[in-house]
Amino acid sequence: MVNRRQFIGNVLRTACGVGLMGLGLGMYSRQASSLPAMAIRPPGALPEAEFLGACIRCGMCVRDCPYDILKLGQLGSDDVVPGTPYFTARSGPCEMCEDIPCIPACPTNALDHALTDINQARMGLAVVVDQESCIAFLGLRCEVCFNICPIRGEAITLDYQHNTRSGKHALFIPVVHSDACTGCGLCEKACILDEAAIKVFPMHLAKGELGGHYRLGWEEKEKAGGALVTPDATHQYNLPEGVRYDLQGKGLILDGSGSAELPISSNPLDSLNNNPLDSLNRGREGQ
Amino acid sequence: MKLTRRDFVKSNAIAAAASVAGITLPAAKTALAAEEDADIRWDKAACRYCGTGCSVLIGVKDGMVVASQGDPDAPVNKGLNCIKGYFLPKILYGKDRLTQPLLRKKNGQFDKNGKFEPVSWDEAFDVMADKWKAALKKTGPTAVGMFGSGQWTVWEGYAASKLMKAGFRSNNLDPNARHCMASAVAAFIRAFGIDEPMGCYDDLEHADAFVLWGANMAEMHPILWSRLTDTRLTKAGCEVHVLSTYEHRCFELADNGIVFVPQTDLAIANYIANYIIQNKAYNQAFIDANVNFKKTPLDIGYGLRPEHPLEKKKTGEGGQLSAISFEEYAKSVEPYTLEKASEMSGVPKENLLRLAKLYADPNKKVTSYWTMGMNQHTRGVWINGLVYNIHLLMGKISEPGNSPFSLTGQPSACGTAREVGTFAHRLPADLVVAKDPHRQFAEKVWKLPEGTINPKPGYHAVLMHRMLKDGKLNCFWVQCNNNMQAAANMNEESYPGWRNPDNFVTVTDPYPTVSAMAADLVLPTAMWIEKEGAYGNAERRTQFWRQQVKGPGEARSDLWQIMEFAKRFQMEEVWPAELLDKMPEYKGKTLFDVLYNNGQVNKFPFEGKITDDRGNEYGNDESEHFGFYVQKGLFEEYRLFNSAPDIIKKGHEMADFDAYHKARGIRWPVVNGKETLWRFRGGYDPHVDGGQEVVKFYGQPDGRANIITAPYEPPAESPDQEYDTWLCTGRVLEHWHSGSMTRRVPELYRAVPDAVVFMHKNDAKKRRLRDGSMARIVSRRGEITARVETRGRNRVPEGLVFVPWFDASRLINKVTLDATDPISKETDYKKCAVKILKA
Repeated sequence: MVNRRQFIGNVLRTACGVGLMGLGLGMYSRQASSLPAMAIRPPGALPEAEFLGACIRCGMCVRDCPYDILKLGQLGSDDVVPGTPYFTARSGPCEMCEDIPCIPACPTNALDHALTDINQARMGLAVVVDQESCIAFLGLRCEVCFNICPIRGEAITLDYQHNTRSGKHALFIPVVHSDACTGCGLCEKACILDEAAIKVFPMHLAKGELGGHYRLGWEEKEKAGGALVTPDATHQYNLPEGVRYDLQGKGLILDGSGSAELPISSNPLDSLNNNPLDSLNRGREGQ
Repeated sequence: MKLTRRDFVKSNAIAAAASVAGITLPAAKTALAAEEDADIRWDKAACRYCGTGCSVLIGVKDGMVVASQGDPDAPVNKGLNCIKGYFLPKILYGKDRLTQPLLRKKNGQFDKNGKFEPVSWDEAFDVMADKWKAALKKTGPTAVGMFGSGQWTVWEGYAASKLMKAGFRSNNLDPNARHCMASAVAAFIRAFGIDEPMGCYDDLEHADAFVLWGANMAEMHPILWSRLTDTRLTKAGCEVHVLSTYEHRCFELADNGIVFVPQTDLAIANYIANYIIQNKAYNQAFIDANVNFKKTPLDIGYGLRPEHPLEKKKTGEGGQLSAISFEEYAKSVEPYTLEKASEMSGVPKENLLRLAKLYADPNKKVTSYWTMGMNQHTRGVWINGLVYNIHLLMGKISEPGNSPFSLTGQPSACGTAREVGTFAHRLPADLVVAKDPHRQFAEKVWKLPEGTINPKPGYHAVLMHRMLKDGKLNCFWVQCNNNMQAAANMNEESYPGWRNPDNFVTVTDPYPTVSAMAADLVLPTAMWIEKEGAYGNAERRTQFWRQQVKGPGEARSDLWQIMEFAKRFQMEEVWPAELLDKMPEYKGKTLFDVLYNNGQVNKFPFEGKITDDRGNEYGNDESEHFGFYVQKGLFEEYRLFNSAPDIIKKGHEMADFDAYHKARGIRWPVVNGKETLWRFRGGYDPHVDGGQEVVKFYGQPDGRANIITAPYEPPAESPDQEYDTWLCTGRVLEHWHSGSMTRRVPELYRAVPDAVVFMHKNDAKKRRLRDGSMARIVSRRGEITARVETRGRNRVPEGLVFVPWFDASRLINKVTLDATDPISKETDYKKCAVKILKA
């Protein structure tokens, strides 16, 4: 977050940066091709080479960002071309203002004025970089990235899968869709891991990292060769004849009774006590 | 924990590769962590949050919780957690934990308008006891009250119930479960004569279809939703129907998503019953054998203050049932045709028809779930009953997959608030203060003279705040919840009540909550696994845990506080002479002696430590302090209410104390060591003789459940020209209730930092609001500001906004209305009228 004082400082440095340019413009232009992966340009930014040509390092977009997320590259400190605007998703993502105030502020069209719908912005691309650490892949109920995504249900969707390990839960796997993701970075910021498992592309930096305190119950148990605490007691149940109950496995087991495919109720009274004509006519009143 | 050779080679190889690449890989760290894990002591505990009742394993090293994991052997969650559960250990270590008692003081003395200063426990209890004694002397037992919690452990609720109802002879004890489950409770009692669901979570695998009536399970019961989703994915023909006043995350899975006009769930439920009757789809044999028909008084008001115009207008009162015939019942639902229901609810006919056909199909097993959408409702008891009506008409009840199932929001709403009976009208095990035999039984168990317990119900949650404001309730103790933030109509009732100069308010909490800020005395508590505990989840499963670590500083558990405070009162100060004369042996004793040193609670010795089957040792600070195994004594005395041979109401039997420390939860009733999965059906329920075809609702004297007719009646406050928008409040997945714990977990705070106002794009546009701009949410009672969200997880229809209540800096309960269900006294947090303005 840039406060007012830092902002003035930044502008001053920019002025210096502009001064320096006369000395080493060529050097900075060469550096420009390697924008650090953590640095994301504002919405509407032209392709990097063109952007660097068009951006006059005026800082107007930074000034007009209502959330103060934009920063200017600083000489020798952040590897971003000095004076050019960027944001870091993890600490301050683009909040996706409907009126995109940073774009009209740009005097040179380095931020393309043709972009009027923020949903069409392509600042980058979110990627679930670490499926080993993302707890959704482990069956935990998180979905923070899905919940925070402003292009709801399009940029990130949830893929429901059967959790074969637990046998009776579902996995809610986040899937990013590049045709809708704006690269705003809200997901990366919101990601609850110690190191975000979802990051805005390019993604060649770090993997995600599971919280230091957390262990995976089933793996811990396997490693230890048994329960880490006292194994569960033996349970007994009140059950009718022909019915069993498998606590750790299938749950209730109805031996020899009608399965779900048979078109009869498991409650015999349903069949025994109904007028057959009523049954035949049931549900047909709309036809 | 040892690394195998293979693991070692593997992790070294990875580490080598990592060092070449110049990065640190988590895998290398994990290998290191595995070595460190060797010294961790693992033990089980129930999750601190919702009523699902997941089990976690807690890893302790050097007196600190250093690790946690989902319990892979817990049948509910099988090693999984939700995002809140993932961060459980962090709730113990928030940087602003309260570690010493704090009292408002000026010039060294208590002063209601003073600033909080640290005081000793002695000074805290001295000042507090003085205030309580003065109030008891001046007004009597009705001047003191306690507001407890469905997050209390079982024995904390039990000890509090004893302190208030037996000790102070005041029935002014109510839990925050009043805000949460009271409508469900009243409906259980009315329909079945016994509290809590007949089914269990195994219904999630056995049902062919699920119907959600006002439950956002996807966010509020995340692990259960994961099971429901799995059944929908893996079972052919499985359907999910979701009813709500706005689209929430459950609609992502819905085969039939139904958004209805607020309050018209009453009409929809009656339409379904009418459909079943018109098509003669009902189960005649089941009805003949197991059902009575009843009607309930109409036009019963909205639980507002008596001088409110709406209360003056009402013509009916309460919930006394009277018998009717099947024909009269059929006639009462006849007006609710498909056309009528569709017109009232705004739901397309085909959606309603599809839902009705599902219930009417004898070959589909249907499980209905609901939570706050139905409970927090000015006709909450009615709508709970209307859903039971549907299940009872079809006989779809008390068998695997056929279940009307009221989910709970709190970890021990069932185990503590309901089973122990910490409500203003209840005693343990479904007994009530109003019935002579029930009081007499309680007095016998508690070794009290006859006439000790007051027969008149005390102030319920909402009434407590009104009575505080009116100066009739003068000493108020809030434990284990944040009622200043949680109660509706904060500006007009809660805050003026707490800050009334005549009153002394004590708040026990681990953190400086909004409630603590509004209190006069703040007591720091040892929370969750800093004490030995027990919770009861929504499927009647009771789960125990041992004390894993000590509370910080001078923090002492709620249980310690309750029992220690009791030492401050001589019997002569709390009981009249004529009562004490009936048991002269209690003269000169303290409340502590009579309630807890009574030969029952102090029966079990404490050996200085608790040892598990593996030889691990645990502390128990309460037992250490009081000199006996406190938790065991309280639980075993509590069992005299539900498991002794002479109990009044059967069906709540529990296993002995030690059994629960060995098991991953046991579902009651537990008879002869066997637990019960489905109640009221032969074979499954030990209290029903006969086979699976026999059903007996033994909570009712004649063993028959009640189908209770109730019509549509309008809500207390609907949008009008000025206040033109519905306000609905609720929760989000990432935060628990008022956020006092989860907002102290940095990652959860970062994920959802502030409450936003979810609104429709067109409504925002009309008010020149954009996503992210600040809006004012204004009602007749108060206002807050919040950022506008039109793209988020909740898709509201035009004319309705949704605001979560977790955010201490945006107190939506300044805006809400304290209208309640007049039967259950539960607040309707889902409906009031507001206007939305540009801030």
